[in-house]
Amino acid sequence: MDRVPVLKLGDILIVSIQIDLQDQSVLALQEDLADKVVATGARGVIIDITAVEIVDSFIGRMLATIAAISRMLDAETVVVGMRPAVAITLVELGLSLGGVRTALNLEKGVALLNHLEGSRIAAAVQ
Amino acid sequence: MTTPAELPVNSNSDVVLVRQHVRTTAIDVGLSLVDQTKVVTAASELARNALVYAGGGQVRVEIVHNGIRKGLRLVFSDEGPGIPDIEQALTDGWTTGGGLGLGLSGSRRLVDEFDLKSAPGEGTLITVTKWAR
Repeated sequence: MDRVPVLKLGDILIVSIQIDLQDQSVLALQEDLADKVVATGARGVIIDITAVEIVDSFIGRMLATIAAISRMLDAETVVVGMRPAVAITLVELGLSLGGVRTALNLEKGVALLNHLEGSRIAAAVQ
Repeated sequence: MTTPAELPVNSNSDVVLVRQHVRTTAIDVGLSLVDQTKVVTAASELARNALVYAGGGQVRVEIVHNGIRKGLRLVFSDEGPGIPDIEQALTDGWTTGGGLGLGLSGSRRLVDEFDLKSAPGEGTLITVTKWAR
């Protein structure tokens, strides 16, 4: 089974999915990410799916689950790089990924996380 | 790529191989990128269903013609327990396997033709077709 590497950049964890995901790899990634969020105290997770050609209901559910788990561990998840054909297919499949934040690319994903962190600090100061 | 092809669906890695084969054939048929993505996604859902609910099965991937139109047809068959209530199984959100319940209903929306034959104890046969535009 291929494992997807989790990279750390400052307090953000970055996962770039470059392989055709098997179901086991998807489950392993969920656990790896949850462990790493806690171990590093990361405040954000970015999942880059630029290279992912299809997102079916299993992978879609994985994205939603990772977002939910990270949120519970005090980190926000942003999915970046979704291809237009994948977005069209997901909506038609009936999966709109309501609870998952998205950004068009890695740069915008990082900016979104910084913005979220900024509002969180502002809220804490008040 | 040779067609028709019979591919086994007996493991998670088979599901990945089915996706790859369907993608290659969809390109041969001349489906648009969006239609390729839709039919590969449907194939992934149906292959996983065969694996999860029937313990495995197979899929036949073939190129079909209707006049000058070309299409891609996938025939999934398994000898699993079958589906007692097909209408219910095709409802969004209905699942007996702990999933999201979008596999069958969602796949039906992603293809042009969808036919499901099943009876308890007699396995399941699902035929889907996507036509090039």
